[in-house]
Amino acid sequence: MTSLLYSDKPSSPLIQIKQLGVQYTTLDHQSIQAIDGIEIALTEGEFCVIVGPSGCGKSTLLKVLAGLVPATQGSVSLNGQIVDSTRNDIGFVFQNATLLPWLSILVPLRIQQRPDRGTWVARAHQLLEMVGLSDFASRYPSELSGGMQQRVGMARALIHDPSLLLMDEPFGALDALTRETMNSQLQSLWMKRPKTVLFVTHSISEAVFLADRILVMSPRPGKIEEIIPIDLPRPRSFQTIDSVQFTEYAKRVRGCLHSKEIL
Amino acid sequence: MKQSIFLRYIAPLALLIFLMVFWELYVKINEVSQMILPRPTEIATALFNGFKTGVYQKHLWVTGQELGIGYLLGVLGGIALGIPIALSRTFETLVYPYVLALQAMPKIALAPLMMIWVGFGMESKIIITMIVSVFPILVNVIVGLRAVEPERLALVRSLNGGKFSELRWVRLPSAAPYIFAGMKTSVVLAMLAAIAAEFVGAEAGLGFLMTQLMFKLDTPGVFAILIILSCIGIGLYMLADWMQRKIIFWDANTADRWKSK
Repeated sequence: MTSLLYSDKPSSPLIQIKQLGVQYTTLDHQSIQAIDGIEIALTEGEFCVIVGPSGCGKSTLLKVLAGLVPATQGSVSLNGQIVDSTRNDIGFVFQNATLLPWLSILVPLRIQQRPDRGTWVARAHQLLEMVGLSDFASRYPSELSGGMQQRVGMARALIHDPSLLLMDEPFGALDALTRETMNSQLQSLWMKRPKTVLFVTHSISEAVFLADRILVMSPRPGKIEEIIPIDLPRPRSFQTIDSVQFTEYAKRVRGCLHSKEIL
Repeated sequence: MKQSIFLRYIAPLALLIFLMVFWELYVKINEVSQMILPRPTEIATALFNGFKTGVYQKHLWVTGQELGIGYLLGVLGGIALGIPIALSRTFETLVYPYVLALQAMPKIALAPLMMIWVGFGMESKIIITMIVSVFPILVNVIVGLRAVEPERLALVRSLNGGKFSELRWVRLPSAAPYIFAGMKTSVVLAMLAAIAAEFVGAEAGLGFLMTQLMFKLDTPGVFAILIILSCIGIGLYMLADWMQRKIIFWDANTADRWKSK
């Protein structure tokens, strides 16, 4: 069973998640197991996508990895160090872009003050340029479209040059066309500078398009049901989406979600 | 919705003129004593003479200083006290009972005590004004600092920012609309406090002048001062409103209201 859980890439795991569980206590003092017995190992530079229905604990899992929510069972380690609080080498992209309406988009890039002012300004500009927003540095979030806002969110998550990027349904609120464009842009960004990404979505085609591996999650308590490696050549394009292989993979993921009575 | 010029400017002005003329004629025809209800023209004359002789300016300057300094200290104090109360449970448990006790007290009743402690000069009025204006600010600061979208706090933490970053980048800007709401409530209360404190005992100021005019049964003068006080109140409120629009430009509610004007 364990052999299935590890990717067959030779490099050593960057992230090791062992028997991870999170219990919540609700307002009426009931304890709820949000996720249970999660085992994942992520290798460096891997793009891993978690698919599952809403409420299956995907977001909780990401928040534990980011150090925002404490684990109640098991552990998460990054480069051999246990993750139990927020840290600079993990970037988080939120479901809603979560921009601060009172700050121009360049400013949130420096929320965590870096010692050298000149360095971060240069880096912030570089990141905005990378996501194609260099002309918008002094604009306010309300002046940006949904897709642009989410790109700022990505740039912001990269400010500390993290070794792990966590993305919590980042394109969930966007329309289908913008979403496809964003997926393709994310892929090219990632191919230019490969980072370990853990990406959560409930869109099957988004998952197949982006992933090296898809983890299928089932709800209550959230568990990893199956791991599906996606062996499609990169860069994947809009032609890839129409290919037979792509459809086969999508079918397999959907089949898995249905057969386990996840949906 | 655009109102016609007539409805917006001419009609209200016509109503005002009508009311003034009615007032003037009513008092004249019924021979009401000037001491009970002066005519608008008499009030206007009193207002004009008061400014011409410089009496109003002198007292306006005193009340203005009491009001300005007391209010400013109240705003700053409310923010300075509100931040630790909102952010620290320990501090809240220790300090908030006293805050509530002081809040429940009719603060203007402290005025005689202040006269004893710091005298009849401006200082006692400044203190009363400050105490009165601090509470609306304080309550709003506490509510505002806590009413923060959890995701925005998570954002700061995900960027590895600490409590100070939270306060500076998220909590204070989120609280700004609340703080301004408190400031607007306080502006009116502060004026009430300054004038009432002067009633209790003072050497100068518009409230002091008003009591003197009352003793002399100079009712037109009293009306004139009421008009001045009204104008100060409206002016200060508009100032707070203008600052609010300038400072919290991102707030949709404020922005919309501004556009519809």
